[in-house]
Amino acid sequence: MAAPEPIIRVSGLRNVFDEQVVHEKLDLDVYRGEILGVVGGSGTGKSVLMRSIIGLQEPTDGEITVFGEQMLGRADADVWRVRKRWGVLFQGGALFSTLTVAENVEVPIREFYPQISEKLLDEIAAYKVVMTGLPAEAGPKYPSQLSGGMRKRAGLARALALDPDLLFLDEPTAGLDPIGAAAFDELILELKQAMGLTVFLITHDLDTLYAICDRVAVLADGKVVAVGTIPELMALNHPWIQEYFNGPRGRAATAAMNRHAPQGSKKG
Amino acid sequence: MTSSAAYRIEQREGRPVLCLSGIMTLAGLGSVGDDLDRLDTPYDHIDLQEIERIDTIGAWVIHRMQKRRDVPVTGEVGDVARLLGQVRRADQPVQIHPDHTVPWRRVLAEIGVATMQALHTLKGLLGFFGAVMIAFGSVIRHPSRLRYNAIVHRFETVGVQALAIVGLMSFLIGIVIAQQGAVQLRQFGAEVFTINLIGRLTTRELGILMTAIMVAGRSGSAFAAQIGSMKLAEEIDAMRTIGVSPMEALVLPRIFATIVLMPLLGFYASIITIIGGGLFCWIDLEIPPITFIQRLREVVLITDLWVGLIKAPVFGAIIAISGCFQGMQVHGNNEEVGLKTTAAVVQAIFLVIVLDAFFAVFFSSIGWN
Repeated sequence: MAAPEPIIRVSGLRNVFDEQVVHEKLDLDVYRGEILGVVGGSGTGKSVLMRSIIGLQEPTDGEITVFGEQMLGRADADVWRVRKRWGVLFQGGALFSTLTVAENVEVPIREFYPQISEKLLDEIAAYKVVMTGLPAEAGPKYPSQLSGGMRKRAGLARALALDPDLLFLDEPTAGLDPIGAAAFDELILELKQAMGLTVFLITHDLDTLYAICDRVAVLADGKVVAVGTIPELMALNHPWIQEYFNGPRGRAATAAMNRHAPQGSKKG
Repeated sequence: MTSSAAYRIEQREGRPVLCLSGIMTLAGLGSVGDDLDRLDTPYDHIDLQEIERIDTIGAWVIHRMQKRRDVPVTGEVGDVARLLGQVRRADQPVQIHPDHTVPWRRVLAEIGVATMQALHTLKGLLGFFGAVMIAFGSVIRHPSRLRYNAIVHRFETVGVQALAIVGLMSFLIGIVIAQQGAVQLRQFGAEVFTINLIGRLTTRELGILMTAIMVAGRSGSAFAAQIGSMKLAEEIDAMRTIGVSPMEALVLPRIFATIVLMPLLGFYASIITIIGGGLFCWIDLEIPPITFIQRLREVVLITDLWVGLIKAPVFGAIIAISGCFQGMQVHGNNEEVGLKTTAAVVQAIFLVIVLDAFFAVFFSSIGWN
């Protein structure tokens, strides 16, 4: 699965808040075309890792390269062309509340490609909205008028506005009902295949891991303790990993996985 | 290798063919998308063979040409085929902006909505007042249910912590009144009446009114925000489930504390305002403090003080009830907390000023002027 070309390379990352060490010598590679799931207990710094990579959080130490470009300590103007190549879906969708769903999708395109005509812009927003599984009526609605699941889809539409090569998802299925979560997983998988995306996915959802992730990285004790496919991880003798995958919920997800077709169906 | 998208029309076997080439992505597209849209040369089919890279935006551009001209495409392989399929499936009319309404209709609608909302709020406020009265009645019957600790805690936040800011504000207002009064009265050679102005205006009106505005801004808003966020976090629902009445636990202590503290703060503010005014008189008008105090005792009636002190608890009650009421109205999201906090302050100050006018008429008709 893992092609030799890393899209994201994090090495020796160190993040310290006040006295608390969140990351210490953290290394992680994400390869082209894979969906990498990032798991870990609460407070192990999954979101901090993502924020470090996308430049919202200045790490204390370490190196981060994305698409072969050094990301840390560079001026905004230099990393601008890298930023154009990724999309981010925040936990709550993070839609701009004063704009409609379709206008939200247009924002990144307007920002990075001001030469695109208004007509084409509207057309792009329209098919992106439909592509993420939203009904066409959702286009002129404001985020406050949407349900949680629809807000996430709208957030995904905005993350995909620039046709990025790399997609960051922060707990995309958190707070969704099992059916909505399963549908969202399928959507991500489908879009990944259609658009050739590389996906960095933070999740707590075991079903998501089984359904769509090519590899899983486990965060514990401030570093990535293991990366691999789920069977590989389950063979490891790390207490947290054993607890996670072989605990009652982990076993239920495994059972559901084995019962059904290779990818897709899940239970909550 | 081309770095961006390009197109040309060539004749193949006597038929015009549109050939697309290069990088048909958002970054490479440039103005090609719009040029193609405006292109009016006829062509029979679209050849996609020379496309090097494509994303959904390039695919969309191809799809919309194909759809409008109703022409076939050739050379649709690999990524091109995949993405064309993807955008074809997603082609549906989607409205981008919300519906536009005619301005005058929108204004009319807004007036209507605002009126209905004002009536609705008034009704809610009356209902809330009733609920407070009922809770008050039940606490009077069972005084052990009164939460003394909560009240004392509110004394601190509403009263003690406000002393500095209310004092500073009052002191400055005292100076301003004295200065403005002196400038006008000097024209008649009646500077000494500045003392009447300061003394009576402050005790009757300004001391209490300014304090009420300050308390509405400081504490009324805090009440709305606190209760509002508790409502969002379902703390209030949790209280009800456990059998604790939010009225008794949250609302009554705040109202009691504000009712008790408003007269105290108002009196304090009046004294500081008079000190500020006195200081100005001493420095600018050369009226020594002893004369100032003597004159104050002659002109300020005891009823002036009563006028202020009777109004104060009423204003306090209004501020606290508005704050708690708006806090209780919060539902939905965080934005709501901000809106209701603003509403609490606006409502409190508005009601305080309306009532102040009524009080003014009332007191002068019973001869307290």
